[in-house]
Amino acid sequence: MSTAVTETRSVVVERDIPHPPQKIWRALTQPHLIAEWLMKNDFAPVTGHGFTLSGDWGSVDCRVLSVELNKTLSYTWDAMGLESIVTWTLTPKGGGTHLRMEQSGFKPDQQQAFQGAQYGWQKFFGNLEQLLARAD
Amino acid sequence: MPDAPDMLFRTLADPTRRAIFERLCRHGEQTVGALTAQSGVSQPAVSKHLGVLKQAGLVRDRHEGRQTHYTADLRALSPLIDWTNQMAGFWESRFDDLEDLLKRMDQ
Repeated sequence: MSTAVTETRSVVVERDIPHPPQKIWRALTQPHLIAEWLMKNDFAPVTGHGFTLSGDWGSVDCRVLSVELNKTLSYTWDAMGLESIVTWTLTPKGGGTHLRMEQSGFKPDQQQAFQGAQYGWQKFFGNLEQLLARAD
Repeated sequence: MPDAPDMLFRTLADPTRRAIFERLCRHGEQTVGALTAQSGVSQPAVSKHLGVLKQAGLVRDRHEGRQTHYTADLRALSPLIDWTNQMAGFWESRFDDLEDLLKRMDQ
């Protein structure tokens, strides 16, 4: 298990998991299984498919970018002003799988946008209001 | 999502309090009197909101004679701004739940 925060503003979580890639793939791509470990969703493993992840704290707008059966899956992840891409990579290892998740921001200036530009504030508070409205 | 931002979200959830904080962000240091004149609520109400904002670390106060001046302290927002820290904790716990699920699933 490891967590790294790199200079390119991305989050990486990697683990060796004692289950085959095919099984992990199901957990990553079947909506009723995704709901058990991530959030409620209307995911479909189809490139271009737009879907929403709904948590008790708010929701995440996503779009599938690429799907390679049992190997890689990536989708956009937009929530509370954060625009990012989540990429899953499954690599067979022994009888199990090395599972890697990388989330990277694709707007290098978005930190600054958060920090005081009027647009950033409006977006921040607008999203905050939505988040709180949904939390009720 | 981790708990750290909860207090910030709760503090900023009130529209009047949020408007006071935004005004301080945009226009710099203000007195309670100036904030009251623009807020549409009574001075005691404004003072109460400022107290809550101060408790959350979102504003600092400075006394000068009879006046108290308030400024926004944007550093308090860093738990919300540093998304990488937030998301790393989020994904670690999602991985835990994913592993639990895999144990329960059929092959």
